[in-house]
Amino acid sequence: MEPIIKVENLTHIYSTGNVVAVKDVSLEINPGEILGVIGQNGSGKTTLVKHFIGLLKPTKGKVYVSGIDVSHQRVQQMAAKVGYVYQNPNHQLFARTVRDELAFGPKNIGLSDEEVEERVVQAVKFFNLEEFLELHPYRISFPLRKLVGMASIYTMRPDVFILDEPTTGQDNITTQTVYRLIHKLRDEGATVLCVAHDMILLAEVVDRMLVLRDSELIMDATPREVFSNYEVMSSTHLTPPQITTLSLRLKERYQLLDQTALSIDEMVGAVKNLSKQ
Amino acid sequence: MSEAKPIIEFKDVSFWYKSVDEAPALKNINLTIHEGDYVALLGLNGAGKTTLQLCLNGVIPNSIIGEFQGEVIVDGHDTFDTPVREMAKIVGMVFDNPEFQLSQMSVGEEIALGLESLGYGYEEMVQTIDEVLAIVGLQGLIDRSPFGLSGGQQQRLSIASALAMRPKILVMDEPTSNVDPIGKEEIFHVAYELNRERNMTVIMAEHEVEVMAQYANLVVVMHEGEIVVQGTPEEVFSDVELLDGLGLRMPQVAAFGYALEKQNLMKLDGHYPVKLNTAVETFGRLFK
Repeated sequence: MEPIIKVENLTHIYSTGNVVAVKDVSLEINPGEILGVIGQNGSGKTTLVKHFIGLLKPTKGKVYVSGIDVSHQRVQQMAAKVGYVYQNPNHQLFARTVRDELAFGPKNIGLSDEEVEERVVQAVKFFNLEEFLELHPYRISFPLRKLVGMASIYTMRPDVFILDEPTTGQDNITTQTVYRLIHKLRDEGATVLCVAHDMILLAEVVDRMLVLRDSELIMDATPREVFSNYEVMSSTHLTPPQITTLSLRLKERYQLLDQTALSIDEMVGAVKNLSKQ
Repeated sequence: MSEAKPIIEFKDVSFWYKSVDEAPALKNINLTIHEGDYVALLGLNGAGKTTLQLCLNGVIPNSIIGEFQGEVIVDGHDTFDTPVREMAKIVGMVFDNPEFQLSQMSVGEEIALGLESLGYGYEEMVQTIDEVLAIVGLQGLIDRSPFGLSGGQQQRLSIASALAMRPKILVMDEPTSNVDPIGKEEIFHVAYELNRERNMTVIMAEHEVEVMAQYANLVVVMHEGEIVVQGTPEEVFSDVELLDGLGLRMPQVAAFGYALEKQNLMKLDGHYPVKLNTAVETFGRLFK
C-alpha cells in the first residue's frame, strides 16, 4: 500500500529566531489509519502537521501527500485533500450562518448544488445541528461551534482529516459524538490525525501514536506501548487513562496481568481470564 | 470538617435569563457549602454550572438582569443587596479562557488592576503582588507580558489576580479546558494547595471526573438547571445508573467496579472506589 503521507528527514527552522521546531523527523502514514499526535505545547506537533496541509514548507527534507511533494503545492490545492479542524473554531469559521459555513467548502471545490445540499444534510444530521442552521456561528456556544468546525470540513470529504484537540471543552455527550465521527471517517476510508491530550481518545480510538518531545519524534508506536513506557510518559508529562494506570499498578504488584489494559472492557476481560485460570 | 460553618447558602434559587415563560437556567437550587469545602460542579454543557457560579459573586442578579427568585447568602452577605465590587473581595472568579480575562501590559499590572479598587498603597500593592505570584508559582515573571505566557501560566495569573483581593472563596469554571497537560497539573495543584494549606473554599466546574474525585469532598451534579444529586465523591459516583442516564462519565475505576459487580465477578455492594489508590487496594483482592 502506498502511504498517504510520507515524511523524509523533515527539519523545520522558523526564520524568526532560528528556532528548530521539528528536527529530522521521518514517518509514513497509511490510508485509513487513526493517529494520535502528542507532546507538550512547543514540542513541534503543530509545526509537523502544518506541513501536511502546505501551510509550512520544509527547511530540510521532504513531505509527500498521496505521492505529491507538498512544497510545490499551494494551500488551496491541498485543502481538498487534507482538512484541518482548528482547536479554536474562531480561527476557522467566517460565514454568516451555520448552513453557509457547511456549504462553503463543497461549493468551493465545484460540486453541484444537489451534491452540496446532500452533504450539508448529512453533516447536520450527524452532528445534530438542525436547530442552529440559520444562526450565525458566533451565536452558538463554543463547544457547538467546534462541532460546526468539524462538520464544515466533513462536507469537503478530504482524504486526510487533522483534528486539533477536538474534545477540549466538550462534555461527555459531545465527546462521544467526536469519537463516533472519527470511527465514521475511518469506515469511509479517510485517514485521521488527532493532535490531542484526551487520554481516553488516545487509548480507545487511536491505532498509533506519534510522541514528540523537544522537536523530535521520540516514539512511534501503539497506544499500549506508549502508555506502558514510563520514561516516555513521565518525560512528556502525560498521564495514561485512570484504568490504564490501575492496570499498570496491579501488574507491577501481582504479576498476573499479561497486558496493559486500555479500556474498562479490556480490564474486565483480564479479570475474566484470571477467574478461568 | 464537621465544625466548619456554612459559607454559601442557596435557598430555593431559580433564575431565568429572559422571562419566566422559558425553561429556567436554575431551578429550585438548595445548596449549602461549608468553609474549606472543595466542591466539584458536574454536568453537561448547558446544565447551569456557569449560571450557578455567577450567583456566587452577585453578577446574577445584579449585573445580569433576569428573573431571580430565592436567596443566595455568601459569607453572611445577601448577594441581592451587596454590590458586586464588595462581593469581589469575598469571591474570586477564574474562567475557562484566560485570554478573555487578561488585558494589561505586564503580569504585575494585571494583578494591580484589581488592587487599585481596594485603595491599596504602593508598598502594600507590591507586597501583595509578590505574595500571590509566589502562591501560583509565577515569581520572577512580574514584568513579562501576560500574552507571552503559556496557557497554564496565563491561567495561574488569572488565579493570582483573583487571590490578590484576598477572597475566601475561589470559583473556577473549567479552568483547564484550554491548557496542555503540564498546565492542567499546575492549575489543579494550585487549587488543591489553596484549599488544603489556606482553607480556601474552592468551587470548580470541570469535566475531568477522575481529578475531581481525587480532590473534591462535595460533588454536585446539575442537569437542566437543577441539582439532581449531591454528596461525597464515593456517594455520587456509586450511583452509576443515574449518571449514565444523565450522559455523564464517572471515574473509570468506579465504572470498572460497577462492571465487575454487574457481571458477578466481584462483590462490592454498590460501593465503588473512586480514587486510584483505593482502587488498587480494592481490586488487588482479586489477584491475591
